[in-house]
Amino acid sequence: MSATQETVSAGGARTGRYFIYAALIILALVYLLPLYVMLSTSLKSLDEIRGGDMLAPPRDPSIAAWVRAWGEACIGVSCVGIKGYFWNSIKMVVPAVLISTLLGALNGYVLTKWRFPGHKLVFGMMLFACFIPFQAVLIPMARVLGTFGLSNSTTGLVLVHVIYGLGFTTLFFRNYYEAFPDELVKAAMIDGAGFFRIFWRILLPSSGPIIVVTIIYQFTNIWNDFLFGVSFSSGTSSPMTVALNNLVASSTGVKEYNVDMAAAVFAALPTLFVYVVAGRYFVRGLMAGAVKG
Amino acid sequence: MTTIEPVPVVVPQRQGRSFADGLRNALPKIVLAPSFAVILLFVYGFILWTVYLSFTTSRILPVYKWGGFDAYYRLWSQPNWYVAMQNLAIFGVLYIGICIALGLAIAILMDQRIRAEGVLRPIFLYPMALSFVVTGTAWKWFLNPGLGLENTMHNLGWTSFKFDWLVNPKMAIYTVVIAGVWQASGFVMAMFLAGLRGIDGEIIKAAQIDGASSVSIYRRIIIPLLRPVFLSAFIVLAHMAIKSYDLVIALTGGGPGNATELPSTFMYSYTFTRNQMNVGSASAVMMLMGITAIIVPYLYSELRERKQ
Repeated sequence: MSATQETVSAGGARTGRYFIYAALIILALVYLLPLYVMLSTSLKSLDEIRGGDMLAPPRDPSIAAWVRAWGEACIGVSCVGIKGYFWNSIKMVVPAVLISTLLGALNGYVLTKWRFPGHKLVFGMMLFACFIPFQAVLIPMARVLGTFGLSNSTTGLVLVHVIYGLGFTTLFFRNYYEAFPDELVKAAMIDGAGFFRIFWRILLPSSGPIIVVTIIYQFTNIWNDFLFGVSFSSGTSSPMTVALNNLVASSTGVKEYNVDMAAAVFAALPTLFVYVVAGRYFVRGLMAGAVKG
Repeated sequence: MTTIEPVPVVVPQRQGRSFADGLRNALPKIVLAPSFAVILLFVYGFILWTVYLSFTTSRILPVYKWGGFDAYYRLWSQPNWYVAMQNLAIFGVLYIGICIALGLAIAILMDQRIRAEGVLRPIFLYPMALSFVVTGTAWKWFLNPGLGLENTMHNLGWTSFKFDWLVNPKMAIYTVVIAGVWQASGFVMAMFLAGLRGIDGEIIKAAQIDGASSVSIYRRIIIPLLRPVFLSAFIVLAHMAIKSYDLVIALTGGGPGNATELPSTFMYSYTFTRNQMNVGSASAVMMLMGITAIIVPYLYSELRERKQ
């Protein structure tokens, strides 16, 4: 921060400041525009959409499209709205996030405080698993889920998301516990505390921030997933993102743009909510996921 | 006699203790083992499985009859695959380039002791919280040739304004770039901003005392110091570009025609709808090789740097 403070006072002109603010405000408006258009379209009637201007605020705001999207819109052949798919996503996200976070914490604990020969290789292999294009595991996964009768089930999707989230959760906790003082762990060992006792009493109580980061990261990723959802589920077992795409892509009947947008808002709400409430942790998760090692 | 007697008493004790010791020593590995086994099987095992499938004659279902390099030969003789590769090149270069340029520009503007930084930063970053499907849906509507941006410009009086990229096969891939940049550039901005905040102010002060202008300070000192951030941003964006699937599906569905086909959509359609599973597998292997070529050297250098 000090760096640029000096730069500015050196460059110093007033007009420069105005230019900076003007540029930032215009950019911010551009970034907000799609969200604004999405929200205002969802509050308009179809007539107003067809006759009016996309950027104009709704003349007579109504949540009719939201009600339709939630409970009446047709996805495929069933016209019961997106609510079922919304709950599918919830039922998929909650267990997947909790299980992968817990396993990641334990893995990170072992990989930092109970090192064994080859721990680097194990971590490296888990880390690389974060990056593989999922296309490279799609066909075998479909076969395995089919064999065990887990295709088109929430259980199957939970399993898939836990497996392919493990690399990230392990990475987060490993990097966090790496900085945790070994002395505390050693002292507890000398006092006779065992593996789980040390984890439970010493590491976990100070893991608050990284637990929040991991949960938010996993929640956002799994909620927003489309590829696994579209590959391993169909019909009424689909998660929200797949249902939204089916709704928007369907070409039968009158195109109800307001209902499409309302459904998109529903799909965006949970992650946006998390972002608004815990944005700081959201960014930390992204950074931790981006700057590896 | 006296030496023999205690033996039967001692032995089971020692066995018991060593078993408990052994268990205690093995416990961390036992805890880690399921996760590692799952990764070995479901990541590395499945990759090998996919590689094997790409050397078979699989069509609608996996068969394990050896087909040699036939699938790769067929893959590289598909015009569709060339369209996908060309689109990935266009999308990848523009997406990475614009995200980095825009992200850096906004980060530099934000770093000028802006008063409302706390308000602005979340605005640039919120698209990253959205699903690609939501982004695609929103932009599909926003760029709708009849009712979207074009119509708005007409209403504003610019009646000759024409924006039909979404349905124009020559331009459709650029709409994917626009939506992709909108989604990810804020995140790149946050990475650069973190980098800028980490720069030692003393270096800048010294340059100012030497009479350097602020433009040359940025060009000669600050931007070169941000090199690691450029690298991280490149890796993250390249990785997202190769994997991106949802955005194209939601925005253009791969069309019009096959105009926005990417390797990821190619893989999906050949595997699951066109019944050429071996060709689909071969394309997945190509994608994996592309990502591996980018990621492995990066991870290697990152992990090695940590050691020092």
